[in-house]
Amino acid sequence: MNAPRDTVLNAPLLAHAADFPILARPVNGRRLAYLDNGATTQKPKAVIEAEARFYRESNANIHRGVHWLSQHATALYDDARATVQRFINAASADEIVFTRGTTEAINLVAQSWGRPRLTAGDEILLSTMEHHSNIVPWQLVCEQTGAVLKVIPVQDDGELDMAAFEGLLGERTRLLAITHVSNALGTVNPVAEMTRRAHEVGALVLVDGAQAVAHQAVDVQAIGCDFYAFSGHKLYAPTGIGALYGRAELLRRMPPWQGGGDMIRTVAFDKTTFAPPPQRFEAGTPNIAGAIGLAAAIDYVSGVGMDRIHAHEQALLDYGTRALQDIPGVRLVGTARDKAGILSFLVEGIHPHDLGTILDAEGVAIRAGHHCAMPLMTRFGIPGTARASLALYNGEADLDALVAAIHKAQELFGSRRSAGRRP
Amino acid sequence: MSDMQDSLRELYQEVIFDHNRNPRNYRPLPAASHHADGHNPLCGDQLTVYLQVEDDIVREASFVGHGCAISTASASLMTEAVKGKPVAEVEALFRDVHALLTGTRDEAAPARDFGKLQVLAGVKEFPVRVKCATLAWHTLHNALTGAHETAHTE
Repeated sequence: MNAPRDTVLNAPLLAHAADFPILARPVNGRRLAYLDNGATTQKPKAVIEAEARFYRESNANIHRGVHWLSQHATALYDDARATVQRFINAASADEIVFTRGTTEAINLVAQSWGRPRLTAGDEILLSTMEHHSNIVPWQLVCEQTGAVLKVIPVQDDGELDMAAFEGLLGERTRLLAITHVSNALGTVNPVAEMTRRAHEVGALVLVDGAQAVAHQAVDVQAIGCDFYAFSGHKLYAPTGIGALYGRAELLRRMPPWQGGGDMIRTVAFDKTTFAPPPQRFEAGTPNIAGAIGLAAAIDYVSGVGMDRIHAHEQALLDYGTRALQDIPGVRLVGTARDKAGILSFLVEGIHPHDLGTILDAEGVAIRAGHHCAMPLMTRFGIPGTARASLALYNGEADLDALVAAIHKAQELFGSRRSAGRRP
Repeated sequence: MSDMQDSLRELYQEVIFDHNRNPRNYRPLPAASHHADGHNPLCGDQLTVYLQVEDDIVREASFVGHGCAISTASASLMTEAVKGKPVAEVEALFRDVHALLTGTRDEAAPARDFGKLQVLAGVKEFPVRVKCATLAWHTLHNALTGAHETAHTE
């Protein structure tokens, strides 16, 4: 493994790379430079071990057994919920609903909050930079209710057009559904300010935090939003677990969206009564081990320190931005002033998919494509981008490997000696 | 050098770069008797294949669109390969090329000399890229069979 150049910010966090066993395995005969963290992050030993330990020592179903193991598993599951509550500073653990991930959390709000309340002509405000998972659930509920979508445009630099946002807010706006951090551009949106403005016109606010929670400290009460959704697997936790934060008074008034065990109080054929939130929204046996893995991941990042992680990734972002801008023919897509550790770019004369294949052969894992944000790609008039996305275990060596691999691709394509035709 | 490096060189040969940089028959064909669209929405590859068929012979073939080097080169090589061939032979070539690219060739069948098209076989080692190479061919097939739906290979 190449010894990365140390910087004041780099050195202390890089030690944590050793906590992630997968980073030690070579890929295609090369040291792995894992830069696809926007898709999913790798898992530290602490998380892998916590999930395994649950199955080895504590496995039982929750909320129903009188036996010791069941009570033990229930306590661990409830502790995990409290860990999530503290992590995003919710007022109460009852405001945390475990879901399969961000997508399910948004669908829950669309179907349980939106479907019974929205009527024809009501407006849901979102933005061009939303991930499909914060577009399609709203399209479905619009078809069901007659509500309509309004879309905040994105400027050339990847920032939201805030003047247009102001213009789109109105008395018919019922909900602002907005991403905290753009997965395709890295733009950090001013969600607290936008929440304040949306509340002034009487709208509620859902924030998609999938790309935010692993990279900066998040405080839902400081943001002031009504709902906040995120996935565990982008936060060093297992797949299949995530959480929805919802303000208690809203969750209390929302009907169940899936029926089954664990979400009821009493069941009779003439009348079933439902459990209070959050159980009301967790029908069936939940992903108990996943929730425990998520809590372990939160303990892990909290131990490293969210502020240190943020500072480290910002320093790497600056380093990577300069390095990419120095390569002739490379263009960054998304240059907002406030950005998370996401570098979306195009290399002149090389399609992102060809680039992805060539980088992979060099051990550099990136994402190539539309990043589940087709409307955004259409806005920029491109089929997709190559995207390098950072995590706490990345160092300058990973970005150096990226740059070297891009040079290699350019050499292979001959795009630096011939102007070439851009297909 | 790793196996992956070898596979990469198998696929990205000069003929691919050449056809990507300077695709042959890259134009619409106003006199086309057949045409069809192909689209892989996930990667954004999009093309239209035009054919001029007379007396059951493909007299002219061309394409327009955009995509990665593999899909552009595959379309370009395809238009060269089918020009002047009887429709039945073009359909047989479609089947054989498809089998070559997806690694489903019947080993018992007589070997075909694919000529320049052989270079596309390198895509077998890159499962996620096979759809790039096959898109133009499926679109060609749709054009010949008069299928109206857009061809997809993903």
